[in-house]
Parts: sequence; C-alpha cells; structure tokens
Amino acid sequence: MKAEPVASSQAGWTPLFGAWLVAASSMLGALFLGEVMELPPCVLCWWQRIAMFPLVLILPAGMFPLDRSVIRYALPLTLAGWLVAVFHVLLVAGVIPERIQPCARGVSCKEIQIEWFGFLTIPMLSLIAFTLIAGLLLFAQHRMSR
Amino acid sequence: MNQKYIFGIAAALMVAVFATATLVHDSDKSARRDEVADQNRSILVREHSPTLGEAEARVHIVEFLDPACETCRDFFPYVKQLMAAAPGRIRVSVRYAPFHDGSEQVVKLLAAAKLQGKFWETLEALFAAQPNWASHHNPQPDMVWNFINGVGLDIAKLRADMADPAIDAIVRQDLADARTLNVTKTPEFFVNGRPMPSFGYEQLKQLVAEELDSQY
Repeated sequence: MKAEPVASSQAGWTPLFGAWLVAASSMLGALFLGEVMELPPCVLCWWQRIAMFPLVLILPAGMFPLDRSVIRYALPLTLAGWLVAVFHVLLVAGVIPERIQPCARGVSCKEIQIEWFGFLTIPMLSLIAFTLIAGLLLFAQHRMSR
Repeated sequence: MNQKYIFGIAAALMVAVFATATLVHDSDKSARRDEVADQNRSILVREHSPTLGEAEARVHIVEFLDPACETCRDFFPYVKQLMAAAPGRIRVSVRYAPFHDGSEQVVKLLAAAKLQGKFWETLEALFAAQPNWASHHNPQPDMVWNFINGVGLDIAKLRADMADPAIDAIVRQDLADARTLNVTKTPEFFVNGRPMPSFGYEQLKQLVAEELDSQY
C-alpha cells in the first residue's frame, strides 16, 4: 500500500511515451507533407490534424508527472481522429461512393498524392497512427489500473 | 529524471530529423527548379508577351502573374523600382498565369488591351482597383469594367478581341508554359532564366543585382 501503487502506475509511462512518439512523428510528417513538400491538405486531412496535433501536447502533460487521467482526455480525440481516418481510407478505396464525399471544392480527398509500397497512402498512414495510439492508450490504461 | 531525459532526447531527435529533411528537400527542390528553368529557356517568353523596357537591356525579368493575385499587386511597384534603379538595363516581360477561378476573363481583357497598346495602363488600373473586384481571392470578372474607364480603351473592340480564339490561344499557351516551367504560384520571377532560390522581395533584388553585375 506504500511504494507498490507508484511502481504499478509508473508501468503506464512507457506506452504513453510510445503513443506520444507516434503522435509527434505523425504531426511532423503531416507538417512536412504540407509545409515543406507543399501538398495541400484536403478537408478530411484537416479534421484528422485537429485530432492528432493536440495529442502531442496533451500526452506529455500527463506524463510529467504521470497522471492516468490523461488517457480520458486523449482517448476521445484519438477515437474521433480514427473515425475520420477510417472514413477517409474507405473513400480513397472507393468503398464509400464519391457522391457523398464532403469535399467537392478545393483539394479532392479522393486524390492519392502519395502511395508507398503500393498501399501506404497518407490516409492509410493516419489510420495506422490513430490505431497505434488508441492501442497504446488502452494498454497504458490496462497497466495502470492493475 | 530518467524519463525526462528519454523524452527530451526523443523530442530533440525528431526535430533534428525534421529540420534535416527540410533542408535536404529544399536544396533538392531548388536544384531541380534551376534545371527545369535551364532546360526550358526557349519558352520563358513568347512573342505575344508584353514587355516593358529597352530592347537592348541585358537583364530580363520574366514574371508570371495573375491580376487577381494580391502578392502580384504588392510586387508590381517593387519591380518598377528595380527598373528605375538601373535605367535602361532591365526589361520586364509578363506571362499570364490566371490561377484564380475567374481571372482568366481578366487576363483575356489584358491580352486584348495589349492589342490597343494599353497593356501596362490596364494592368495598373486593375491592380489599383483589385481590392474592389478581387477581394479575398474571389475575383468578379464582370466588375472589372467599372475600373478601366480611365485607361482610354475602345471597349467595343476590347470585347470583340476578348472573344477572339487567338487571345484564347495566347492564354492557353502561357498556362501550358507555366506548367512546363513548374510555375504553380504567382508571382513567379525568372531573371535571365534563373528562378528565385526562395520566394521573397529580397531574393528577387539579389538575383537582379547578380545579373546586373555579370552583364554590365
């Protein structure tokens, strides 16, 4: 009842740090694509950025000192971003018909600007990142509640 | 403590990778732009392009511009200042780059005004009135007529010329050349065929100064 809870809750730090690494590299990656390579972000990309960028600041705020409630703040953002990313990936894949795509003007969200190894598009990278972050947050939750 | 170090090192590493990638990307891009400009020197300027300045001037600025572009409007007096600072040594040619929706009509108006020998006067009038007809990147081509009265154009002839397929061909040609030269934003400048290393008034001034030095 003395040192034990501290030690077990410290166990959640590493997955939180992992989630932050994913979020921070996603943010820098998005900034590189947008600001350096000057690929214009489409509307759905903006929605995903809105969910991703705050995580880069929120997660460290809950890591120093370790505060497990950071998961409650970070998870809704992650899930919201994850949903948009799923929608975006389905749109690019053609599963969702173009008729209901929300971005007719400006940059088309359907346009594939980058495709690595034949399947890694920008929305796919975003979906992978949100999935990883959600997984790591849940894992941290699990470790800290033990 | 330990965790703080790990975090700090990770953050610093990521920023360093980002900065390095940016530097590498930018220098690659600038090298590629030089190469593209060099390979396409012959299409930098066309016979139909309006040109200001002495024909013997050895420093030639080619500007891709859009009359609805606010930055083009801001740069226009600077370009004239550069010319005034080196009288007879600089000439400027304009290429049409109507990248805003709706500015193609306005560009055709300019091309038609050139037939009446009033290109530069019309361009100045359009730039002066730009906040009225093209605020917030939303050009209203029908409104420009209100602002070119002072230029002294034959409006009936102007309207007829604007509908001429030859004028349309000029605009198509300029847009095609812009694509070949990788011009995606306005204004874009080439000084004796060299693009600016990065965008900015100082960079343009520097480029012009270098060319003045090497040519005179």
